[in-house]
Amino acid sequence: MQFPGRRKKVIGSSQNDLYDHCLQFYGQPPLENISLTEFETFAVERLKLLKSVENIGVSYVKNSEQYVKKLDAEFSSLNFPLRTELGDRRVQGGTSEYEKRRKDHISHFILRLAYCQTEDLRRWFIQQEMDLFRYRFGELTSKHKTDFLHKNNLKYETVSAEEKKSLKDKLITSSYGLSGITVEEYDFYKVPFQDALDLVRTRKVYLLAGNAYIPHHEIVTIVLNDFRTRLSKALAMTARSLPAVQSDERLQPLLSHLSHAYVGQDYSIQKNMGKISLEQIDALSGKSFPLCMRHLHKALRENHHLRHGGRMQYGLFLKGIGLTLDQALQFWRSEFVKGKVDADKFDKAYAYSVRHMFGKEGKRTDYTPYSCMKVILSNPPSQGDYHGCPFRHSDPELLKQKLQNYKVSPSGINQILELVKGMHYQLACQKYFELTHNVEDAGFSLNHPNQYFTESQKLLGGGLEIKKEVDMSQRSQENPANMTRPSQANSKQAHEEMGDLDSFFQDE
Amino acid sequence: MSTSDYDPACLPDLLPLYYRRLFPFSQYYRWLSYGGVSKNYFQNREFSFTLKDDIYVRYQSFTTQNELEKEMQKMVPYKIDIGAVYSHRPSQHNAVKSGTFQALEKELVFDIDMTDYDDVRRCCSAADICSKCWTLMTIAIRILDRALREDFGFHHLLWVYSGRRGVHCWVCDDAARKLSVAARSAVAEYLSLVKGGEETVRKVVLSDPIHPFINHSLSVVERYFQQYAIVDQDILGSKESVDKVLAVFPVDRYFFKEGSSVSYDLHFSCVSVKSNSKKGGQYFDKEIMLQYCYPRLDVNVSKGVNHLLKSPFSVHPKTGRISVPIDLKELDTFDPFEVPTISLICEELEKPRAEEAEEDDMKDKENEQEAGERRRIRDYKRTSLAKYVKVFDRFLEAMARSRKGEMLKKSGEIEKDSVFHIHLILAFTLQMD
Repeated sequence: MQFPGRRKKVIGSSQNDLYDHCLQFYGQPPLENISLTEFETFAVERLKLLKSVENIGVSYVKNSEQYVKKLDAEFSSLNFPLRTELGDRRVQGGTSEYEKRRKDHISHFILRLAYCQTEDLRRWFIQQEMDLFRYRFGELTSKHKTDFLHKNNLKYETVSAEEKKSLKDKLITSSYGLSGITVEEYDFYKVPFQDALDLVRTRKVYLLAGNAYIPHHEIVTIVLNDFRTRLSKALAMTARSLPAVQSDERLQPLLSHLSHAYVGQDYSIQKNMGKISLEQIDALSGKSFPLCMRHLHKALRENHHLRHGGRMQYGLFLKGIGLTLDQALQFWRSEFVKGKVDADKFDKAYAYSVRHMFGKEGKRTDYTPYSCMKVILSNPPSQGDYHGCPFRHSDPELLKQKLQNYKVSPSGINQILELVKGMHYQLACQKYFELTHNVEDAGFSLNHPNQYFTESQKLLGGGLEIKKEVDMSQRSQENPANMTRPSQANSKQAHEEMGDLDSFFQDE
Repeated sequence: MSTSDYDPACLPDLLPLYYRRLFPFSQYYRWLSYGGVSKNYFQNREFSFTLKDDIYVRYQSFTTQNELEKEMQKMVPYKIDIGAVYSHRPSQHNAVKSGTFQALEKELVFDIDMTDYDDVRRCCSAADICSKCWTLMTIAIRILDRALREDFGFHHLLWVYSGRRGVHCWVCDDAARKLSVAARSAVAEYLSLVKGGEETVRKVVLSDPIHPFINHSLSVVERYFQQYAIVDQDILGSKESVDKVLAVFPVDRYFFKEGSSVSYDLHFSCVSVKSNSKKGGQYFDKEIMLQYCYPRLDVNVSKGVNHLLKSPFSVHPKTGRISVPIDLKELDTFDPFEVPTISLICEELEKPRAEEAEEDDMKDKENEQEAGERRRIRDYKRTSLAKYVKVFDRFLEAMARSRKGEMLKKSGEIEKDSVFHIHLILAFTLQMD
């Protein structure tokens, strides 16, 4: 791909051929110039799409009605191509079908650059792209499916009518839901068994002389296998040519950001600054902190110390929930001083790093609180560390114990552990949210610890009261039992202030 | 009997003789070279040896047949395993940049072990076998051979007796050797019907529709079931074993009517069972037959491209038996207790026709290698090993023919007549071996 300039070139008519089907295998990279803005926008939108694919895929049975409905909605809102014809004038908000397909094409290749670098990233990318492909292929009409196969050189022979007749009984008994009539009507494809391993493995297909006899509607499995193989190879090749791309200074930061991307609010602007008092932190940690931050807070209280990784992750989170620099300094100092660090040393060594977090030192970057992606993927904790994502980095047994200590129900714990086993860490945290807040559905897709906090506060009716530093309330100890909604008296008063408070906790 | 003559303590004396004069090196080399179509196929093949005192060495590789012979005669392995064809010579794998030394190809293999049937055989257990339970191997070979040929389209299968309690299958087709790990695992799963270990009572579950593969397998089992299970294994012969059969099904859902005889002298078909439930259980009779007879594979053996498996013609140190190829045409009469032991064939060797031996020795001094081969060919032919080497020869010939056929197909311009002529020449050449 070439990105020499900032001008957007008009695409020649030969490119129309490339986009004459709404679905593609992404065999050919795009050969046009695009602007950096478009580059970034396309990439971010596709990433949003893939993350939705992931979330929806765990919340609903894949390819069920609800699943399809939800994905359809995402597609529309993000302007990706559905199944309409190219010339279809049913334009939504000005983006033509052609432009959507172009975006689909280009964004896929950009994300390849970002996601080819490690096994984990590649696996994630391939998984979501496959689910996405399966969904889109499934939505095609029969004719479009055949068109697609032919366009992409999946020249599988169809089985002749005579052969079908002679094999009729065998074909009926080899696949689900086939009858004599459907066998006659449907096309069957003869596919070498190596290309149909999923069907062979589960014995859901008729095999003869090394060929699998696949009914038309099952062909998607075959196509998917092909897709996965091609994409896997392509990613490996991309990884090898990556150094050349990364040397382009305009792209390197963007690509690196994408692969750790949190695509959404980044909580760098504290609208709710100064609304939290230090005394509330203990209670809040039990009620509204995600598990990682609760863990860090507890470790800090117990050890009167946190190492760098923990300080960064927790410190930035606190900034995100609204602590001011002064509050932060007071918070950290008071805790560290209880430990082995005297006030002087704190001021000399640790205060600097707190100020740094707030952008008051060094290159004055106002650091943004870490998103879940970042916490999960970067900087894994080692001995003596308390940062990271407990669902990702804790041994399942220990995680179980911890959840038991926090009075999570046994069935809830099992659900969480299942999600952890499937590597759906954010969903596990979401489940933790649902269990500790006593709701069926969190109502949001968890991406960021501060989002957890915000949503929790929203749910709990914003039972915060604005208190000044001096005015000590007696809620200093963390009270695990108090995880459900605040008591009646409180909520009434809170309710009145809610109108005001709520606005502070709204997402943009 | 051949077995009673074998004493493992004699191995150190017998093995050198075996490797010098009986092991069919030229056929072995011919097999593993696969017609020389791929460069360095033999050179990049891994062998592993277990030497005296259980010393195990991996990553053995050889550049020529001669080198293979010399090394084996020098090291005198007690056990020989064959591994994969790698990207580089296995003996030099340490010199290769890490990550680039990779297993590329290997035959698709299956290992059927009698111990995996211990829960359903009453005559023996663990490493023991007898003529009564050997039928299980016959059934396994028939079912798998059919499936691998008819369903998967493979042609070149070598079935080998492992030397003690099971059989191995080497699928040597080109396509088979190139299969990925995922493909091997898929083939093995397709062929698996008996699932579950100690904790599982009901190991076979059938539901509609019954796949043609299962029906084919059932017809094989049914052929043998009466004799094997009812008579030989006598599974209905005692209350205990009948209970075991019935334990496979939740007894409360069924009741069964015996024949009039109280002594459980039943034919299986006389046991009628009434099912109370609509869902499942309608195939219980098939499930029982399969659970008692269907082949039990170890998927892990088949999955790995780099998995090492006992080599044909190696000796089994505990029994002394040679791992010989099995002739499927005589499968029903194959008797593992008639398979020659190393002591038997060495004995047979020592009964020379003395004058002939001296004459040949003189001729042989002229050309060492040829001499060695000629002598060896004469030698094994004098022993019980001969007929098994013949089976191996036929197997190799079939592969050679098929390779020529492939080559001819590729150069498609050849006229029909000339094809016929070439076939004649080739057939003539092959017989010269």
